[in-house]
Amino acid sequence: MSRPLLEVKNLSKRFVVKRGFMGSRKAELHAVHDVSFSVAEAEAFGIVGESGCGKSTAGRSLLRLIEPSEGQVLYKGENIVDFGADRLRALRRDIQIIFQDPYASLNPRMTIGQTLAEPMLLHGLASRADVRGKVEAALLEVGLPAQAMQKYPHEFSGGQRQRIGIARALSLNPKLIVADEPVSALDVSIQAQVLLLMEDLQRKRGLSFVFISHDLGVVRHFCDNVAVMYLGRVVEKGSVDTLFEQPLHPYTQALRAASPVPDPARKITVARIEGDIASPLDPVSGCHFHPRCPKAMDVCRREYPAVRRAEGREVACHLYPRTPAAA
Amino acid sequence: MNNPRHPPAAPVLAVENLSTEFRVQGRWLPAIRDLSFSVGRNETLAIVGESGCGKSITSLSVMRLIPASQGRVARGSIRLDGQELLALPEAGMEKIRGNRMAMIFQEPMTSLNPVMTVGDQIAESLRHHRQATRAEARQRALELLEWVRIPSARSRYGDYPHQFSGGMRQRVMIAMALACEPQLLLADEPTTALDVTIQVQILALLAELKASRQMGMVFITHNLGVVASIADRVAVMYGGRIIEQADVRSLFERPTHPYTEALLRSMPRVDRPRADLRPIPGQVPPITEELPGCRYAGRCPLAEPRCLRSVPPLAPVAGSPGHLARCWVRAEPACLEDAA
Repeated sequence: MSRPLLEVKNLSKRFVVKRGFMGSRKAELHAVHDVSFSVAEAEAFGIVGESGCGKSTAGRSLLRLIEPSEGQVLYKGENIVDFGADRLRALRRDIQIIFQDPYASLNPRMTIGQTLAEPMLLHGLASRADVRGKVEAALLEVGLPAQAMQKYPHEFSGGQRQRIGIARALSLNPKLIVADEPVSALDVSIQAQVLLLMEDLQRKRGLSFVFISHDLGVVRHFCDNVAVMYLGRVVEKGSVDTLFEQPLHPYTQALRAASPVPDPARKITVARIEGDIASPLDPVSGCHFHPRCPKAMDVCRREYPAVRRAEGREVACHLYPRTPAAA
Repeated sequence: MNNPRHPPAAPVLAVENLSTEFRVQGRWLPAIRDLSFSVGRNETLAIVGESGCGKSITSLSVMRLIPASQGRVARGSIRLDGQELLALPEAGMEKIRGNRMAMIFQEPMTSLNPVMTVGDQIAESLRHHRQATRAEARQRALELLEWVRIPSARSRYGDYPHQFSGGMRQRVMIAMALACEPQLLLADEPTTALDVTIQVQILALLAELKASRQMGMVFITHNLGVVASIADRVAVMYGGRIIEQADVRSLFERPTHPYTEALLRSMPRVDRPRADLRPIPGQVPPITEELPGCRYAGRCPLAEPRCLRSVPPLAPVAGSPGHLARCWVRAEPACLEDAA
């Protein structure tokens, strides 16, 4: 089997945050804790979870937009955590990022043409002479007319701006795109347009994706494999069909059950999960999920479960593997 | 007026032919057009649609909260338990808002007072609307906090809004809205900003409170999954009009308006393996663009010349009682055409 394009090994990120009056006390926030996964060529890998689970921090660590505290990020077998400035610049041609709100990442005073031309010129992928044609090609590829070049970001709708964000990411011919909630701010009908565009590009260019989202439906549609995160840790990891058809971890089960589906036969009567997500600043002992877990046992309060293989996926829960049946 | 079907019991809220307009560059433009719907006791009507379809303007119109400097309710009737609200002076509306009908929003922080404890905020509305004594109001506010399941409510009575999580703030806002036992609750995307495991708790709480109080609820959302979870009946809006209305089962089993159908097909589902998504081509026509026909016609695969010429009526869908659709091709407007 060939080497994966990206391999993340035991990635951790701790932030120091000031608390108390005028920041008199310091506390450590373990935003990402011992996260490992790998992404093959042309694979879409999903990271799913709720607010504060560390999915965005993990995603940004892959480009070193956030410096990891521990662990390795191997891109084509090389640990990017050790890269110096030059190699990092070259790496960021191969790995690009798309954000939820492209408006915030587009310069309002630059035309779309200028925005798209800049990275191509900087990285020497286009010359002054041929940049115009390349920008035009990039726009056409994401379904925007060439005239968009002369316009400014505010002249576009949310869906069109996300297309521009994608065009910019593609302009450097990346191998991997980290997409952080790329369709979350869009209306459903527009969301589907952008998802289809990304699928199409993935097929045509053989792109890999790390796709970060809180929406299980979107992840199931777009991704091949997925990691479910809760309070900085991956609790379950496997193929989307396995995880969302037969979730094993009680948190994945709760997340799946709480995700609304357009089927009135599944009308909500009682919430099967109670309680709030704990603050990552006050981590609980043992498994982070045990205060909300309907199946919590004594051991869950004491120690964090090891990752085990069970029923075709990896899961970090004391319930698995079950003790062998007596019969 | 010309709404062919009324629910059997007297509705809590009856809206007829409502149109609300906004002034844009000196012109009055309709944001919602000729809206008719009703909500019964112990009934949840979901109003669903995408950005700019007019769903939030609908609830603000019902609350009479459209800022007079920008907009106006141009035509129609809004009756709360038989009483016409559009005829009331502002002082009369103030007695009704937060009392007989209440509203909750997407972001509770914008409607909670940051420098007042949550307990006092709930008590205030009881003192104002019910002339409760300080002690009575405090006691009742505490009961309400327990009732919306704020853990250790007694000790949290004196906390400020910023000390609560998003889900807990939404519970506080629900407690405040329900303090005076309203007949009608307008909920405008109340769970959109919440994580799904918190959303499901708030939806369950709202469903339970609606039933125990026999309250009418208008639930505004863009999420068809949430609609299926909470609604008894559904109105789908597009371009300021209701384009389909049905009980929740009929709507999902037999989406009739091409827009409703397309919306369902463009939604990726967690309960199904990867299927072909079919996005809706094009975009919603801007509010500034007056069209003689159906506002969806430009994006509709079934559009015929008549769809561009005139707006179809909200007509009965054959074989599906209580199901209405505003479509020349899919609904049966023949009888209405004759009458017109």
